[in-house]
Amino acid sequence: MKLTEEMLSALPDARGHFGAYGGRFVSETLMDSLMTLEKEYLRLKKDPDFQKAFDEDLAHYVGRPSPLYFAERLTRETGGAQIWLKREDLNHTGAHKVNNTIGQALLASFLGKKRVIAETGAGQHGVATATVCARLGLECHVFMGAEDVKRQSLNVYRMKLLGAQVHAVQSGTKTLKDAMNDAMRDWVSNVDETFYIIGTVAGPHPYPLLVRDFQSVIGRETRAQAMAQAGKLPDALVACVGGGSNAIGMFYPFLTDESVQMYGVEAGGLGIDSGQHAAPLCAGRPGVLHGNRTYLMEDENGQIASTHSVSAGLDYPGVGPEHSWLKDIGRAHYVSVTDDEALDGFRKLTRVEGIMPALETAHAVAYAMKLAPTMDKDQMIVINISGRGDKDIHTIAQLDGIEA
Amino acid sequence: MSRIEGVLKTLKGQGRKALIPYITAGDPHPDLTVELMHTLVDAGADIIELGVPFSDPMADGPIIQQACERALVHGTSLRQVIAMIKQFRTSNDTTPVVLMGYLNPMEAMGYETFADAAADAGVDGILTVDLPPEEADEVAPLFTARDLDAIFLLAPTTTDERIRSISEHSSGYVYYVSFKGITGAGKINVDEVAAKVAHIHEITALPVGVGFGIRDAETAAAIGRVSDGVIVGSVLVDTIARNQADSDQLKRALTDLLHPMREALDGLAS
Repeated sequence: MKLTEEMLSALPDARGHFGAYGGRFVSETLMDSLMTLEKEYLRLKKDPDFQKAFDEDLAHYVGRPSPLYFAERLTRETGGAQIWLKREDLNHTGAHKVNNTIGQALLASFLGKKRVIAETGAGQHGVATATVCARLGLECHVFMGAEDVKRQSLNVYRMKLLGAQVHAVQSGTKTLKDAMNDAMRDWVSNVDETFYIIGTVAGPHPYPLLVRDFQSVIGRETRAQAMAQAGKLPDALVACVGGGSNAIGMFYPFLTDESVQMYGVEAGGLGIDSGQHAAPLCAGRPGVLHGNRTYLMEDENGQIASTHSVSAGLDYPGVGPEHSWLKDIGRAHYVSVTDDEALDGFRKLTRVEGIMPALETAHAVAYAMKLAPTMDKDQMIVINISGRGDKDIHTIAQLDGIEA
Repeated sequence: MSRIEGVLKTLKGQGRKALIPYITAGDPHPDLTVELMHTLVDAGADIIELGVPFSDPMADGPIIQQACERALVHGTSLRQVIAMIKQFRTSNDTTPVVLMGYLNPMEAMGYETFADAAADAGVDGILTVDLPPEEADEVAPLFTARDLDAIFLLAPTTTDERIRSISEHSSGYVYYVSFKGITGAGKINVDEVAAKVAHIHEITALPVGVGFGIRDAETAAAIGRVSDGVIVGSVLVDTIARNQADSDQLKRALTDLLHPMREALDGLAS
């Protein structure tokens, strides 16, 4: 399907649907808040003061634009297409997550909410939320699966230093989905005074819309930088997909450019056939969780399946509804790489470019290393380097049998 | 007239209030659920809300979350829950049963298959926590066509406009969530509930059941005084958790809890 600006501007529709996906599947208590948020956001989206505040924060607080960097040595070693890196890892707090938390915290301020909650997997979104809350003087509560609290202890401490309260979630699988459940429970209990900053491009409408809008700065910059530095649009974009916020931010501004191929890389864990993965778009089916209809990992009875990934940030059984739609219409390709391949990607980028990516990001690196040799030397791949890898050093060291 | 409507009409005629207990199907064991349903009826239940266990019950507090986990350990599926109701119906065809749960198990089963099976088993109403009427346009007509009552939630945050439109989509009764929070949180404010329910009664003729925070005869009576019925969940589920090792003791404990609520509610009529 050829997408046009007109088609894209009609999505999501008035009820928050992207084709069959998205929507607003929440208990009644939250409906009024979501409808107010939608109304206010649609108003502020057109408000020059709001947009100016957002742009200035991105420039002076986050440090945007982030560079588009030609990875010459990685390109040479991989062979095939030129590999370029969009350096979201250089943002303040070290990942793309802050683009969205700046936007949503501004919304919270405009709505007069003093208390902020967030869920987090790897801790990057939690850190980015705690950061903007520290800056704006907002009370901050971060929900994080107890399992993830263990494997991302550095980020837990960062959040605490920033003044956030970190709630270790003991229910269910003790990972990101359970953190999101508990964040929703907190929200319903404190709905009047609380703003929920959702970290990924999923959840009930209008969250997939506003997260996509705030993250689209990634793709807009990449588009302009590619034209300025390479004199053309990229031939392929590669981004990792957990919930899919960095990927949608990279893809969205290119959706009407037919020549640009898009690859969302899911966590293949121990391999799709093992069942131990977190790849709903590659191996799941549509269902309803966390307020939206989207591809999910579930059993035959509709119970949500447990997931596995070496990277906490991709360890989630659902995905943003716009990705589900892009998959169905064939505009973006969704693929997976295993834990081992991602670790190879991590080591490769670290050793040949001196850039240590997050384990989430390493999935995109690993796939790009497979893709590049299938393409011509004059073609161009952009990998979204969504975050830096400092937080994962413990995990890597453990895998290497080193006490770090 | 649906079984739910009939029961609520009869109660109203008698000046009595509905006692609507909730338990999670499959908790503590699937083999026990039908027996427990009969126990609830014997202890005074007018309608039973039977929970369908879900892996991610976002609107529920720890007590019902753990009930879901206990039920899921035994693999309790939506199909099995429907089969339990079919079995219950072999010896009870008067007490309405409402299936209460989350959307995804129904979606996974297929809406039409689910609606057929539910109607065939003798289910009377469906309450889907994460399905507001705005998203129900595919599934609601399937329920209506099979005389299954669609029961929707109203909350303290629900605007008048929504009370109106939600009531138009509802049949049987509407379920008023007494406070902003999750099940089992227990911070009910009787005066606030009274004011809101009176307001809901001005907008819709449907009976209003009130749930969340009703834990004993005293709160049941206080809420029964201002509504058409009380829904009692977490306190029963907690009782199941504490007595799961001995089924006879469990039935006695449930009866000891529910019976005083029945008496307190009926005390309002005299």
